[in-house]
Amino acid sequence: MSELKSGSNLEKVLRAGHFALTGECGPPKGANVEHLKEKFSHLKGMVDAVNVTDNQTAVVRMSSWAASAVMIQNGVEPNFQMVCRDRNRLAMQSDILGAYAMGVRNMLCLSGDHQTFGNHPQAKNVYDIDSMQLIALVKKMRDEGKFLNDEDIDVPPKMFIGAASNPFADPFEFRVYRLGMKIAAGADFIQTQCIYNMEKFRAFMKMAVDMGLHEKAFILAGITPMKSVGMAQYMAKSVPGMDVPESLIKRLRGAGKGKVAEEGIQFAIEQIQEFKEMKGLAGIHLMAIEWEHRVPEIAERAGLLPRPKIA
Amino acid sequence: MRLSYPSNVKVIQVPCTGRVDIIHLLKAIEDGADAVYVAGCMEGECHFLVGNLKAKKRVLYVKKVLQELGIEPERVEMFNLSAGEGPRFAEIAREMVERAKALGPSPVKIKKAA
Amino acid sequence: MIIADRKPLGELLEMVKDCNRILILGCKGCVTVCNVGGTKEVGVLASILKIARKKEGRPLQVDEKTLERQCDPEYIAQVKDLVGQYDAVISMACGVGPQFLSEAYPNQRFFPAVNTTSFGGAVQHGVWAERCAGCGTCLIHHFDGMCPIARCSKSLLHGPCGGSAKGKCEISKEVDCIWDMIVKKKMEKGRLEDLTTMKPNKDWRTARDGGPRKSVREELVQ
Repeated sequence: MSELKSGSNLEKVLRAGHFALTGECGPPKGANVEHLKEKFSHLKGMVDAVNVTDNQTAVVRMSSWAASAVMIQNGVEPNFQMVCRDRNRLAMQSDILGAYAMGVRNMLCLSGDHQTFGNHPQAKNVYDIDSMQLIALVKKMRDEGKFLNDEDIDVPPKMFIGAASNPFADPFEFRVYRLGMKIAAGADFIQTQCIYNMEKFRAFMKMAVDMGLHEKAFILAGITPMKSVGMAQYMAKSVPGMDVPESLIKRLRGAGKGKVAEEGIQFAIEQIQEFKEMKGLAGIHLMAIEWEHRVPEIAERAGLLPRPKIA
Repeated sequence: MRLSYPSNVKVIQVPCTGRVDIIHLLKAIEDGADAVYVAGCMEGECHFLVGNLKAKKRVLYVKKVLQELGIEPERVEMFNLSAGEGPRFAEIAREMVERAKALGPSPVKIKKAA
Repeated sequence: MIIADRKPLGELLEMVKDCNRILILGCKGCVTVCNVGGTKEVGVLASILKIARKKEGRPLQVDEKTLERQCDPEYIAQVKDLVGQYDAVISMACGVGPQFLSEAYPNQRFFPAVNTTSFGGAVQHGVWAERCAGCGTCLIHHFDGMCPIARCSKSLLHGPCGGSAKGKCEISKEVDCIWDMIVKKKMEKGRLEDLTTMKPNKDWRTARDGGPRKSVREELVQ
């Protein structure tokens, strides 16, 4: 964990030993560059890198690499996401080179939600290779300087490789092994699914630390502040792999009319305080989706500002 | 019991309604029957255990087909009664005849030349 | 076997709307096993089409015949003198049947009565489920007799994904997560290392992605 692999801001912050903070921004449902710029403007200087989702929940949006390029042009560091659902290995390698050429230095490798969830359920799905193999692919391109077919790459892409981890999906006992596999395949940093069940997450992190995974990769805990009781109930019932304890829903309801959003933020801040001290965690991934303008306030109240500036 | 039931009901006896298959119900309609119904034993009392349940499923299948073809699904029906219920048998016969009259002649009857 | 479902009646009536005499050809193979295209189902479809056309006032003559199989030229040849007598022929076999018939009898029209879906087997009386995707490179021995290519919605080789919940796939509670089953079996048998080793990227050339496939038995070809 010494020499820089990509030179990205996120990598520098993590390697220097700071507690990192990443944000998230979904590209617009169109070529509306102004809207995109407005969204991520709230995150500028507030986080170390901003995740740019890739047709999230299988809903068509501006491509992640293009939105990432716009971000770079406006002084914000993107964390470019690529899912396995929409691209085969040719398009993947091609897009990785293209993104790198546009200045992208962080990349998150994901399976991607099945297209039946999205707004084009009739589409053919790809899944040529899976997320584990995509991580290995990026590592091969970066460290060996070779394409999947072992041909040499004319200027290899030096990406800081990320992967996702969901401690709350089933089977629970296997999740930490899968996390270990992603790290062994080449993941440099991990962002978890958003956490609400703190007890389960503590158990998961204990297993991860026992396996020494925190020493091999940087693990960032995912947080999404609850805006309303409705949001909490929806996530509890309708989002696969999401674990929302009844106690949290009760707490939000108890806050009273008009005060639920503040209670949700309060919970998030409490989580951040615990995560700052938790063994094995290197940072926070704050997904305040469609709530980007509240990120500066949350970061401030959680004592995460100012963000470190590394040369 | 010498009870009477309408004479336009043609009874076809089977050892168990489980013997009645989809094709039998369809053929009746195809050949111009205004309605066709299956009278089986009370559920749970079938001598062959589940024959009447199979018949019920087949009647439902034919209802769905008729619906898809734009023909009233009420022209096909399943009834359950015990073998000793003479009056009920006659009652069902009358009910179906009334139903067929209300629905009108089957749209499948070959139209006689004017 | 090959699983298929009968096409909606509206679609079938549309196919034969300009016909006065048709033949329905059933098959005693897979479609008989999954109760969609055997002798019985041919009889049922014939009656349904006749009812529908009688109702319209345009009667349709429907003849019925069921072949041993529609995927062998010997059986296709058996209807040589029959098929020419109709305006069209409906085949209730899987997608192979209408194609073999069309090739053998280019002057007749052969319509598919079923939508062929997958390779699978009976999981319950009256219910058939997909088990094989025909990828051409079987790897079920690596997964304790289960196939993630066919039975994982994302064909993952290193599953389960983050959407697996309570043993069900994220796309529907009716779909079991095969990876949940594979992991549990491996953990039970103490073979977790089988799963934690990286699998090579799948070579899709042997699947349909590589183009239409052909199998040749050299020892049999004359």
